[in-house]
Parts: sequence; C-alpha cells; structure tokens
Amino acid sequence: MSAELVAGIAQWLRRLGGTVTGAVAQLGFAARFLAAVLWHTPSAFRRIHLTLREIYFTGVLSLVIILMSGLFVGMVLSLQGYETLKRYGADEQLGILVALALVRELGPVISGLLFASRAGSAITAEIGLMKTTEQLAAMEMMAVDPLARVIAPRFWGGVISMPLLAALFSAAGIFGGYLVGVRLIGIDAGAFWGQMQAGVDFWPDVTNGIIKSVVFGAAVSLISVFEGYNAKPTAEGVASATTRTVVLSSLAILALDFVMTAFMFRGGNAT
Amino acid sequence: MTIPRGKIVAIMGGSGCGKTTILRLIGGQLRPQSGQVRVGGLSVPDLAPSALYELRRKSGMLFQFGALFTDMSVFENIAFPMREHTALPEELIRDLVLMKLQAVGLRGAAQLMPAELSGGMARRVALARAIALDPLLILYDEPFAGLDPISLGVVGQLIRRLNDALSITSVVVTHDVYESLKIVDYLYFVSEGRVIASGTPDEVRASSDPFVRQFVDGAPDGPVPFHYPAPAYREELFADVG
Repeated sequence: MSAELVAGIAQWLRRLGGTVTGAVAQLGFAARFLAAVLWHTPSAFRRIHLTLREIYFTGVLSLVIILMSGLFVGMVLSLQGYETLKRYGADEQLGILVALALVRELGPVISGLLFASRAGSAITAEIGLMKTTEQLAAMEMMAVDPLARVIAPRFWGGVISMPLLAALFSAAGIFGGYLVGVRLIGIDAGAFWGQMQAGVDFWPDVTNGIIKSVVFGAAVSLISVFEGYNAKPTAEGVASATTRTVVLSSLAILALDFVMTAFMFRGGNAT
Repeated sequence: MTIPRGKIVAIMGGSGCGKTTILRLIGGQLRPQSGQVRVGGLSVPDLAPSALYELRRKSGMLFQFGALFTDMSVFENIAFPMREHTALPEELIRDLVLMKLQAVGLRGAAQLMPAELSGGMARRVALARAIALDPLLILYDEPFAGLDPISLGVVGQLIRRLNDALSITSVVVTHDVYESLKIVDYLYFVSEGRVIASGTPDEVRASSDPFVRQFVDGAPDGPVPFHYPAPAYREELFADVG
C-alpha cells in the first residue's frame, strides 16, 4: 500500500521535475534565439523596407481596433470613475483618474493584449506556414538567412509598433473620457483638462507607461516569432503555436506588468 | 555514391527511405552522423557557415511543392536570389528574370501570385528561381510528385534541357521510375538507408535484381513488403477470443 503511494509520489515528482527542466530549457532556447535575432539585426536593418513593411502590417493595420478599444475603455472609465468620485464630491478629479489609469496601466496592458491577439497571432501563423511550406528552408538553400530576412524585421516591427499603439490607445481613451465626462455628464471642461495637466507628470507617469509598452512589445514580438519559427511543420503544429502565442503573450504581459509596477511605484514615491 | 559533373543522376527509393535526407546532407542542412559528403572536393559538414553559404550560392534546389514565397509575385520570386546576392541594376534584373521565365515557358505569368498557379506551373517557376544565379549544381526533391502527365513531361524535359544547355550537375530524388528513366544518365536505388542497386537507364531496364524489378514494374509485394511490420494476423485477430 505505502509502497504504491511512494511510487506514486515519486512519479509525480519526476513529472514535475521534467516539466520544470523542460520549461527552463525552453527559456534558454528562447534567450539564445533572441541573441541570434539581435545578432542579425544590422543585416536586417540594411534592408529597412522589410521592417517598415512589418510596421505597416502590425502597427498601421492594428490602428482601427486599438483606437476603437481605447475610445470605449476611456468612455467606460469615465462613467465608472464619475460614479465613484461623485460620492466623495471629487468629480472634478475625473480627468486625472482617466488619464493616470490609461497612461500608467490600461494603455500599455490592454493595447498589449490586443496587439498579441491581432498582430502576434498573425506573425506566428505566417512564419509557421512559411516553415510548413518549406519557404524558410528554400531561403536557407538560397544562402539567405531567414533570421535576418524574415524573423528580425518582424521582431523589430512589433517592438517599434507597440509603444506607438499604446500611446494612441491612451490618447483615444482620454478623448473617450472627455466625451463622456464633459460632453455627456457635464463636468467643467476647464477642470477636466486642468486637473489632468496638474496631476499627470511626464516623469514618472508617462515614461513608466512608455517603458512598459516597449517591454510588452519586445515580449510579444519575441514570443510570436519564436513560436512561429519553432512550430511543428503541420497544420496542427501551426494552430497550436498560434494559440500558444496568444496565451503566453497575455500571461507574460500581465506578469511583467505586475513586476514592473512593483518596481516603479514602490514606497508610494509617485503620486 | 558519386555524382559526376554535368550529368543527371537519379536517387530512387520508396517513400521514407532517406532520399530527401541525402539532398539535405548535400545542401548542408543536416550533418551526417558518420561518413562523408563532398561537393566539388569540399567536405560539406566541415564547412564554416560563410563557406557553406558560398557553396549554396552556387547551387539551386527545387523543393517538392516549389516552396515559392507566397507573399511575392512570380517575378519577385525569381528576382529574389538576384537581389539578395548581386548588386545588378533593376533593368538588368528585369531582363534576367524574363529570360529565366522564358526558359520555363512562363513569361506570360510573371505578374501572377503563387496561389494562382497550378501545381505544374509552380514547379516550373521554382525551377526558374533555382537557376536564377546560374548554379553549378541543382538538387531536385521529388520534381514529379503530384503532376498531371503533361506537366510531368514538361518538367522532365526542362530538367534535361537546362542540364545540357547550362552544363549543370543535377541530382534528382524521386520515386517516379518511368519518368526518370527517360531523362537521367544514371540511377541509384536506395532502401533503408543504403544503396542496393545502380546503373544506367538501359542497365536498369534489363536488370534482374528483385528490388529493381519490383520498383520498375510497380509490383505491390516483393523485397519491399506490402505489409507494415505487425504481429501475426491470426494471433492479433483472435487475441481476445483466447
């Protein structure tokens, strides 16, 4: 009886150990992959039109969803914020609440999540399919390194697009907050903008938001190209790689957000 | 196994016997666990990455389903290796691409996208791309797979004609005996990772080797068994009856 129990625990431990070492190996693999991408960056930037094209695909084509979402998030924030602030007679502070929430948190995080599902999944699926149809192997046989020609431009396209998208998300959100707070509810426009100007600092509020969005952009882009490049070259392989990109990117964004927020605002030194 | 310069050599064998692996060894995409791969006197697995890329620049490969870049037009696909490896002016690249397309009979299809091509046309465009930089060696991975009889003949004749006109060395990995017997200079038969027979097309036609006969005649059973290895049929069927 107890021997069986011991054997069961031993097996469970073994499986746990296997999972952990597997995950660590995967992380190391991803780090080496990142190093290889960075190594090939200069030769990728020599053909800058490739990166510009990716910025168009991941950035410009994501504009509609980012701006629409930002607008709605800002409007909801304004409604909810007003309800709460009114109880304390602080409804004049609505502008500052909307702006801080967007610039510090919601802008980078929500646009990161949207970016992962809109652009990250597309990058993974595209690279995975290129691998499945032997396009990457063909490129290698033509003495062209896919890391420089395919992977690095997509990685940098994402890293560059993401902070811009987050900034536009926040801008659209603040505009949405203004529409609801000032135009619909009737808060004084001067108070709305004035409080916002007085209460939101470029350093640290805006810069921290920018740092976050750059980190999220790098994380999502790395996960997307890594999953695509290492996808099993079958239909199921590409499908599961695409799913993993969205899941891993979302988790990475939320976890990194917590860690960065803890570092940035520790001890209450900001606001 | 040796592949003489300027000849077309076919490597034949059933599916999954390691034919494509041979091409990947020659192209340096895989490293052999033992043995040697030499191209033009150079040992491929020992080459530094830059020397390997130098070698690949002088060789072309035709992939099983073409492996055309789906986000580029036919024209751009063929211009790709030229743009990557040469500093030729755009007008010259245009002329060269049109010449390559003319050679495979698809000059009229220059502006089509790969998704708009039939299987045979895609294979011909891939062939034009493989010869874009006038290589010394072309590796063909199953060039005949999945083609209708007309395209089959066209691709076969193209391989022969290009080989003779450009004095290329060609390695054709295939399981299509009938088509290859018409165009190649020499054949190797491979099974389970080793060469089991070889000869010129005439020798192969006259061969009495049981494996070669099964291959040429297309017999379902022979040295290559019809059945995948399995426990005895009777035992497995009646296993639960006891």
